[in-house]
Amino acid sequence: MQEWANQLCENRQFGSKMTDSKYFTTTKKGEIFELKAELNSDKKEKKKEAVKKVIASMTVGKDVSALFPDVVNCMQTDNLELKKLVYLYLMNYAKSQPDMAIMAVNTFVKDCEDPNPLIRALAVRTMGCIRVDKITEYLCEPLRKCLKDEDPYVRKTAAVCVAKLHDINAQLVEDQGFLDTLKDLISDSNPMVVANAVAALSEIAESHPNSNLLDLNPQTINKLLTALNECTEWGQIFILDCLANYTPRDDRESQSICERVTPRLSHANSAVVLSAVKVLMKFMEMLPKDLDYYGTLLKKLAPPLVTLLSAEPELQYVALRNINLIVQRRPEILKHEMKVFFVKYNDPIYVKLEKLDIMIRLASQANIAQVLAELKEYATEVDVDFVRKAVRAIGRCAIKVEQSAERCVSTLLDLIQTKVNYVVQEAIVVIKDIFRKYPNKYESVIATLCENLDSLDEPEARAAMIWIVGEYAERIDNADELLESFLEGFHDESTQVQLQLLTAIVKLFLKKPTETQELVQQVLSLATQDSDNPDLRDRGYIYWRLLSTDPVAAKEVVLAEKPLISEETDLIEPTLLEELICHIGTLASVYHKPPSAFVEGSRGVQHKRLPGSAGSGESADSPDTGSAAGVSEAPPAVIPSQGDLLGDLLNLDLTPPTTSGPPPAPSSGMQMGAMDLLGGGLDSLMGDESEPPPVPQRTDTPQSPQLSHQSPSPPDYSPTELGGDLGGSPAMGAGFGAPPTAMPASFPPPVSGGLDDLFDLGGSVGMPMGAYSPPKSIWLPAMKAKGLEISGTFARRAGVIQMEMTLTNKAMSIMTDFAIQFNRNSFGLAPAGPLQVLTPVGPNQSIEVALPLSTVGPVMKMEPLTNLQVAVKNNIDVFYFSSQYPISMLFVEDGKMERQVFLATWKDIPNDNEAQFQIKDCHLNSDAASSKLQGSNVFTIAKRTVEGQDMLYQSMKLTNGIWVLAELRVQAGNPNYTVSLKCRAPEVSQCVFQSYEAMLKN
Amino acid sequence: MIHSLFLINHTGDIFLEKHWKSVIGRSVCDYFFEAREKAVEPENVPPVLQTPHHYLISIYRGKLFFLSVIQTEVPPLFVIEFLHRVADTIQDYFGECSEGVIKDNVVTVYELLEEMLDNGFPLATESNVLKEMIRPPTILRSVVNTLTGASNVGDTLPTGQLSNVPWRRVGVKYTNNEAYFDVIEEIDAILDKSGTTVFAEIQGVIEACVRLTGMPDLTLSFMNPRLLDDVSFHPCVRFKRWESERVLSFIPPDGNFTLMNYHVSSQNLVAIPVYVKQSISFFETGPCGRLDITIGPKQTMGKTVEGLMVTIHMPKAVLSANLTATQGTYTYDLATKVLVWDIGKLNPQKLPNLKGSLTTQAGTPKPEDNPSLNIDLKIQQLAISGLKVSRLDMYGEKYKPFKGVKYLTKAGKFQVRT
Repeated sequence: MQEWANQLCENRQFGSKMTDSKYFTTTKKGEIFELKAELNSDKKEKKKEAVKKVIASMTVGKDVSALFPDVVNCMQTDNLELKKLVYLYLMNYAKSQPDMAIMAVNTFVKDCEDPNPLIRALAVRTMGCIRVDKITEYLCEPLRKCLKDEDPYVRKTAAVCVAKLHDINAQLVEDQGFLDTLKDLISDSNPMVVANAVAALSEIAESHPNSNLLDLNPQTINKLLTALNECTEWGQIFILDCLANYTPRDDRESQSICERVTPRLSHANSAVVLSAVKVLMKFMEMLPKDLDYYGTLLKKLAPPLVTLLSAEPELQYVALRNINLIVQRRPEILKHEMKVFFVKYNDPIYVKLEKLDIMIRLASQANIAQVLAELKEYATEVDVDFVRKAVRAIGRCAIKVEQSAERCVSTLLDLIQTKVNYVVQEAIVVIKDIFRKYPNKYESVIATLCENLDSLDEPEARAAMIWIVGEYAERIDNADELLESFLEGFHDESTQVQLQLLTAIVKLFLKKPTETQELVQQVLSLATQDSDNPDLRDRGYIYWRLLSTDPVAAKEVVLAEKPLISEETDLIEPTLLEELICHIGTLASVYHKPPSAFVEGSRGVQHKRLPGSAGSGESADSPDTGSAAGVSEAPPAVIPSQGDLLGDLLNLDLTPPTTSGPPPAPSSGMQMGAMDLLGGGLDSLMGDESEPPPVPQRTDTPQSPQLSHQSPSPPDYSPTELGGDLGGSPAMGAGFGAPPTAMPASFPPPVSGGLDDLFDLGGSVGMPMGAYSPPKSIWLPAMKAKGLEISGTFARRAGVIQMEMTLTNKAMSIMTDFAIQFNRNSFGLAPAGPLQVLTPVGPNQSIEVALPLSTVGPVMKMEPLTNLQVAVKNNIDVFYFSSQYPISMLFVEDGKMERQVFLATWKDIPNDNEAQFQIKDCHLNSDAASSKLQGSNVFTIAKRTVEGQDMLYQSMKLTNGIWVLAELRVQAGNPNYTVSLKCRAPEVSQCVFQSYEAMLKN
Repeated sequence: MIHSLFLINHTGDIFLEKHWKSVIGRSVCDYFFEAREKAVEPENVPPVLQTPHHYLISIYRGKLFFLSVIQTEVPPLFVIEFLHRVADTIQDYFGECSEGVIKDNVVTVYELLEEMLDNGFPLATESNVLKEMIRPPTILRSVVNTLTGASNVGDTLPTGQLSNVPWRRVGVKYTNNEAYFDVIEEIDAILDKSGTTVFAEIQGVIEACVRLTGMPDLTLSFMNPRLLDDVSFHPCVRFKRWESERVLSFIPPDGNFTLMNYHVSSQNLVAIPVYVKQSISFFETGPCGRLDITIGPKQTMGKTVEGLMVTIHMPKAVLSANLTATQGTYTYDLATKVLVWDIGKLNPQKLPNLKGSLTTQAGTPKPEDNPSLNIDLKIQQLAISGLKVSRLDMYGEKYKPFKGVKYLTKAGKFQVRT
């Protein structure tokens, strides 16, 4: 016994020496030498130890590439471990020594024939990892064999190898037909092979956005669903992600897929769960809401999401980011689960902040008491960022749940009493928002706020406090003193505070003109004379002129009633949200940005959309579900008063942009100048300061240079002149309440002519929708096509795009066997069926053909965008021609956006994407133009008349889901229209403009 | 897919790197180090980072960062799950997941990483499959290997990878056939000052240790399966039978594995085993405060509460604590400001109490943040949710196995606010 124990001890010592740490010695020159000798040793064991040492050095990043030939020499061995080690080495260093790597090729090729499938797989796998061009050439044959290997383990390894090879040499993979073999593997009998084939194809498809590699149809979907149950957890992720790209044909197919995916929600792997959630969230859109199954599904989604929150913090974080999206899209799923989002004090900070966000989203009247108690608790925590966010959250609750406002305010007051500096500052910022939401309700707390004036050192808090003082100047006895105290260090303040101070003092002056004249003069001269900031200067001048010309008007403008702020200002814009829902579980969902915004490479503008609902209901809240008929009958909503629109615009603007929104962009066009002024300038003019001053760029707008070069003495401008000055922005004029500048009397444009034209056109070609279709033109002259002449046009009839052609036989012989094919094109147009020419066409005979087109074909960007290359075959030859289709063919029937969405989207699209065009000589009035455009699925969402100018806000949606927003300006009596187009894909603007012109002039 | 992996230790050294595609320079980690610096505590480093050309997804396990680099749009959860799987595998192979152990076995780890991922696609992540290909090191084996020149890389095809039960290899043989199940429940709870439950839930897990010969098919049934409405299973469990009959039917993996996780949510009433009476206060005047904590049993279902421990993260200003405990010992760590009171068994007749004064730094204002109490406890032979296994049946094999079920309740994140 004793002896055994001794032996064991020895062994242990021996064992500890056996660990790999002995390989970690510094690699000096001598050592490389030594290793070289060992590698060339005759003893197997010594060789292996030497290779191990080499690998150990390699893993810690030491350069052992000098040993390449010696290591490769060890490759010819029966010892599997040694072989694997050499392979590891090869993968790392082959790139740096391509010529040497060739030496290894023979062994690889031989190993691919080995009777042991493990070795075959290992060889093909390693070969794919050697990223050397010369080697890849030799790889093709072995790979082809392995893809058809009898052993599924080899096949599944080979499938991944195709993806590797594609990464190194895409052309080679295509030329060798590996992609087709890979597609065949989707039907493999082994689920693991299927999963790997899907994974490989998905990866390849990512670098070929439009290649249509994963051609999903009901049959393949069925195969995938079968494989889903049997493959590994990772395979399930790939398959689920692939399924999510499919669009079911109808709600029944959608339901059956959902039923087969639901069991995945109980998987232990959280990535599987989240991918399943994505599929369900997407396909749910298609289910009618009154279906029992819909409710069942909603209930099933909650528990797995909750379970994700008990996992490791990193998983929780990703889950929370996704839940944030899900809660915005379908709040009903988690409405009872508020408590799981309560913060634990040892959660990592990134989890805490996300939980807080979701708590506010879920806050409702039912649970507000709990939420508030929690938030109050958080506000006393240690972490400053978290505490700040908690305080803000209390403010957001007050704004979101009206019943809780009172309690929120008293909680905030309690927090102010703690006198903790940053808590007080945050509290003041949110109380200002509460004042905006519930005017004349909580002003009694102002006294408490004023006590803390001195402790404020952050610009945002100072600005908020100043706003409060200015806004409620009449209730604060010493308002002038308070503001004066700020004025002393005017030039040291940040711009935000300066602007606010200026506005506040002007308000004060308008409320108590007698005592504060000196103060207002002081601030105006500080702002206009001593400041370098153009914003401040401009605003100073505007006030100055206003005050000096018409104090009554000034009062109306500056003290105008402010629109209430909206409760959900931080929501993600609906179209973006829809897209993100399609990307649940991906990086996009973590960043809350569409993949096109950050993924490198060529995904391009391929936006994913949620499928439309098949059932009733929803059309109100999602812009793409409105039925075509309903839209075309509904009259365009005319905005009754300008104030209303102004309100809308302001509404969207009141809180600082959330992280997901783009920063305020420089203004380009004139109209944008107006929008900008509305968004930032005017609205801050009117006393709201939460919008950060947007624009040093505003100096670019036409009016500002004029303003800033005025002499500082209060000039004697009449109101009309001021209006004229700002004439570029009619809404601004409206905001000032100034009377509209007189316009030349408007002549009713010759409507009848236009209508007749429309009628004519409709009559001759029998268009039910009245959509614009250009006249036929000759596409293929007979000279070029051995006697076949093709003329044609495109039309959209009842939602179907048609290519209408006249085929004329100008040759001497009969023509038969017509067929047609399109090249890839920008919008994926493809024939939806074969060309129906049933009878032979005799000499001098012509035949009319209408070919319905689909938009699901392969996509490739063309130049020009609407170019279509067509090949027509008959019994004589194949002929090629190209034609351009009007982009209006692609405007779909559900292209009507909701007003709110329109406003949000318009703002969200960067100004760089705006394009402005002139349409000359168009004699329609705005209503006629609107109805004419509606015929072609250009929908007027709102109309506004300012100073005799009609502004039509219009939206249209292309078949590939791209939205185009337009503003059409029609001035009575002026035959020149101005159209401004905004679109996330600005390259379509030119085409859309051309269509506008064509549609309006026909 | 996953491009590269870097292992980074506590002090910020990269001590292992593995690339599954082309090599990416270490400089990419600089973005991570920047974030690490900003986060102060290593736990607070955001798991997903964006750099100009790559995305960095990391986890923090055993004082190590597992940092993966990806270049294309990949589900981040997939990456995080995989990284945890790597850490689990290392733990499984070498008994712990630490820098020392990884360095000692660097070649094996490297071989493992190579087997787990191919071109960024997971290849073999099941521990039994991996163990067939790369044998875990044992003292005996390394001795034998040195003597005979054998290797610890298997040269058979990993059969499990191809069968429909990839988690189980064929030809398992034991002389003693046994199947043990541990039902372990953790209570996550937040109690407020007055002792009211703000939030409570139970995270349950059934850990299995199954050593059975051949291809046994097991069925585990519960007395009260209704409790389980939110479950996630090991892939071996047949979901259809669970849905229809509420029994767990499965062919088990060989050895230790997690059969299922479940979650009993706050909606159901969660029993809280102890109550805590506490008062921690700091005086406005003078550099001191008072602390008084008493713990008593609440809903223990007649079982004894053991391993009771209270941890308090004191405010920074607290310099020292002068306390007396009626039971157990307490320590106060001046550097981390953590007060630990190790109580041990809870005696319902004589409740443990900790009482005394705290000294705060003179001249500093009264601390604003209230410390939370973290409670640790254990209750043997009780699943606090009330879950009970009723029977275990085995089909497919003829022998009679030894069977056993153990229950354990623990405190998870159990916090009392003050």
